Amino acid sequence: MFPFSFEWAWDAGHYLFFGGMWYTIIILSLGMTFCVVKTIVDTASGKGGHHGDDDAHHGTCCSNKGNNGHH
Amino acid sequence: MDSALIPKGAKRCPFPVFATGIAVVGAVLLWGVYAMGLCWLKGLNQTNMNDYYGFALWIWADLAVIAIGGGAFFTGLLKYVFGIDELKNIINLAVVIGFICYSSALLILAIDIGQPLRGWFIFWHANVHSMLTEVAFCLSLYFSVLTIEFIPLILENRQIDKVPFFHNLSHNMHSVMAVFAATGAFLSCFHQGSLGGVAGVLYGRPFAYREGLLVWPWTFFLFTWSAAAYGPCFTLTVTKLFEGITRKKLVKDNVVHILAKISGWMITTYIIAKIIDTIYWAFVTAPDMGFSLIDFYSNNSFYGIWILFAEIVLGGIVPAVILTVKKYRENNKLLLVAILLGVFGVCLNRWVMVLQVMAVPVMSFDTWALYVPSWQEIATTILPVAYGVILISLAYRYLPVFPQEQELYDAK
Amino acid sequence: MTQDNHGKAYKFGMVIDLDKCTGCGSCMVACMSENNVPFKEDETNKKDSITWMKVFKLTNGKPFPDTDICYMPRPCMHCGGKGDHGHSPCVSVCPATATDYGYDTGIVSQIYTRCFGCRYCMGACPYHARYFNWWDPKWPDGMEEYLSPSVSPRMRGVVEKCSFCYHRYQAARDRAYHEERRDNIEEGEYQTACTQACPAGAITFGDLNNPEHEVSKLVKPDTHQCGKPRNPKAFRLLERLQTNPKVYYISEREWVRKAGDNYRDGEWEKSK
Ligand code: SF4
Ligand code: SF4
Repeated sequence: MFPFSFEWAWDAGHYLFFGGMWYTIIILSLGMTFCVVKTIVDTASGKGGHHGDDDAHHGTCCSNKGNNGHH
Repeated sequence: MDSALIPKGAKRCPFPVFATGIAVVGAVLLWGVYAMGLCWLKGLNQTNMNDYYGFALWIWADLAVIAIGGGAFFTGLLKYVFGIDELKNIINLAVVIGFICYSSALLILAIDIGQPLRGWFIFWHANVHSMLTEVAFCLSLYFSVLTIEFIPLILENRQIDKVPFFHNLSHNMHSVMAVFAATGAFLSCFHQGSLGGVAGVLYGRPFAYREGLLVWPWTFFLFTWSAAAYGPCFTLTVTKLFEGITRKKLVKDNVVHILAKISGWMITTYIIAKIIDTIYWAFVTAPDMGFSLIDFYSNNSFYGIWILFAEIVLGGIVPAVILTVKKYRENNKLLLVAILLGVFGVCLNRWVMVLQVMAVPVMSFDTWALYVPSWQEIATTILPVAYGVILISLAYRYLPVFPQEQELYDAK
Repeated sequence: MTQDNHGKAYKFGMVIDLDKCTGCGSCMVACMSENNVPFKEDETNKKDSITWMKVFKLTNGKPFPDTDICYMPRPCMHCGGKGDHGHSPCVSVCPATATDYGYDTGIVSQIYTRCFGCRYCMGACPYHARYFNWWDPKWPDGMEEYLSPSVSPRMRGVVEKCSFCYHRYQAARDRAYHEERRDNIEEGEYQTACTQACPAGAITFGDLNNPEHEVSKLVKPDTHQCGKPRNPKAFRLLERLQTNPKVYYISEREWVRKAGDNYRDGEWEKSK
C-alpha cells in the first residue's frame, strides 16, 4: 500500500492501482470536508434553525434536495 | 410509544407488534452471531470445507449479495449522472439495500479468512496483480460511499432533522451527491468486475478460466454488467415485498416500470454477451485445455447441464423478454415473475462461478468435490439476511425511505 | 554477497520415475517429519489432512487380468506459470503477496506469517498441492523434541505446501559461501527429503538449468517451450494448462502418460 512495504514496485501496475485508490480517497474526503465545512458555516449563519415544529418543515428550504421527493 | 420518531403522517404498525417481529428475527441473528463466534474462536474447522473445496457456501452468499446490491450503484448512476429524475422515488431503498448487502459482504469476508486479525494484510501487503486485492480495495471504498449516501437519509429522521446542523448537513450532502454517486459507480465497476475476475483468471481451472481484454478476463465485464442489470430486479423485489407486507402502495407504477424497463434491456444485452461467452468457452477455451463442455456437467450427482439451462434461459432470457416487452412488464404478475427470476438467475450465476468451479475435477484421475455445508456455515450465511431484515425494517419505520408513500396514501 | 552461480539462476526441479515407484509412501513420511507437518489424531478424512507430498493411486480402469496400477507422488510442482515467467497460478492470485516466485531458484515460497488464510491460492492450484491448517498444530507429548529446528511450524488458519525443502537449499548455499564457492552448489549438496527417502530411487532432484544435472539428462527440458520435456517418455502433469511445472514424470506405459493430462476423444491418438 505504501512505497516502504517491501513488495512495492515502481511500475505501471502500482501507479494505476494506487493512483486510482488515492484519487478516490481524495475525492471522497474532499467531498465530505466540503459538506461539513459548509454545514458549519450555514448553521452558524442561522440557516435551518426554523424547524421548531414538524409541520413547518416540508418544502421550505429543501426544494433542491436530491432524493427525498418533496417536490 | 415511538410515534415521535416515525415520519410525519406515516402509518406504521403498533410498536409491540414491531418489537415482537424484530425479536424473532433477532433470535435468528443471535444464532448466526454464535456460529460466527465459533468460527472466529475455534477456527474454520467449524465448517465442512476441506482442501479440495476451499470456498464455503458463504462465499457464494458474498458474491450474491454484492450482485443484487448492485442496484444501489446503478440506480445512483441513472439518477445522478444520467439524470433520470423519477428514480429519486426508489433510490433511498436502493441505497439502504446496498448498504446492507455490502456491510454483509465485508462481514462474511472477515469470517471467511483463516486469520481474521491479519485481514489488513490484504491492504498493507497488496499484490496489485491479484483480483482479490482489487475486490478488497474497491469494496471497502465503495462501502464508504454507500455510508455517505445513507447518512442523509438517516438525518432526515423527524427528530434528527430538527437539529439545524444535521438538517443542513443532509441538505449539503444532497447537493454534492452526484460526485459521490459517480465515484460509487466507478468503484462498483471495478469491484463487481474484479469479483468476476477472481474466477476468470484461474487458468488452472478450465471451468472458470476465460480469455479477456488486457488484464481482465471476460468474466470481469460480465459480472459488472450483470450486477447493473440484475441489481434493480432485487430493488424491485424488495419494493414489492414491502408493498405486500404493509398492504400499501409505496412506489408509483411509472417509477417501477422505468426501472424494470432499464433492467430488462440491460439483462437482454448481458444475456447475449453471456451466451457468446459461453459458446466461445465451450468451443474454444475449454477444448484447448482438453475438456469438452459435457465434462463439466457429468459424472456427479448434482451439477448437470440443467444448471446452465436454468442460468441462461430461466434466469436470463425469460426475465429479459418479460421486462423489455411493455405489455408483459406492466402486468403485475408477470413483472413479479420476471424480477424473481432475475434475482434467481444472477445468484445462480454467482453460485456457478464460485462453487461449481471448486467442484469440477481438473486432473484426469481426480474426482468431483461435492460438499455439504455445516450448520455453522448455514447460520453465518443466514446471519446477514437477519441483519438485513432488521436494518431495513428500522429504516422503513423511522426514515422516509419511500418519498411517495404519503402521496399514494392520500390518493387512496 | 553476490549471487552469481556463474551468472545464471537455478531452476530446481524433480523427475519422478513412475515405473519405479512402488507406492510405499516413504516420501510422504520423510516429508512430514522433515517439514514438521502437523497431523490429526484421526486421519481418516484425507481431504483435510496435510500432505505436502501425496501419492495418488491411478488405475487403467481395465478388468482383470489387464488391470494396471500406477502410484504417482505429487509434491508442489513449483509452476513457472504461463510463459514460465513466474506467474504461477497460485502466486499470481495471492492478494497479500504471501506466496512468491523465487527467480533465483524457481521455487514457489510460502510466507506463513504473511498468509491470512483466504485460500484463493488453493482454488487456483489445479494439483491440490496447497493445504490449509484447519486446526492448531498439535504434537503428542514429547514429540516437539523431534521437530526439525530448521523449519518453522505453522499456525492455524494459514496455507502451507511443499517448499522443495528450501531450508536445505539455504544450508547448502551457506556452506558454499563459507567455502568461498560463492553460491555454486553441487548437485549432491541440495537434495529434498523425499528424494533421499525413496527406497526405489524413483525421485531425482537437481537444477534443470544445468545440463550436467541428472534431472536435465533424464527429461531434456526444451527451454524454448518453457521447459517441456523432449524425452518422449516424460511428461508434466496438466501440461495443456500452461502452468509449466518443474516436476516431471517418466513412464514407459502409455496409459500413464495419457492420464497426465486431459484429452478429448481422439486427441491423444493425434498427439502421439
Ligand atoms: S503446484 Fe499448485 S501450489 Fe505449487 S506452484 Fe503450482 S499452482 Fe502453486
Ligand atoms: S491463503 Fe494465504 S497464500 Fe493463499 S492466497 Fe490467501 S493469503 Fe495468499
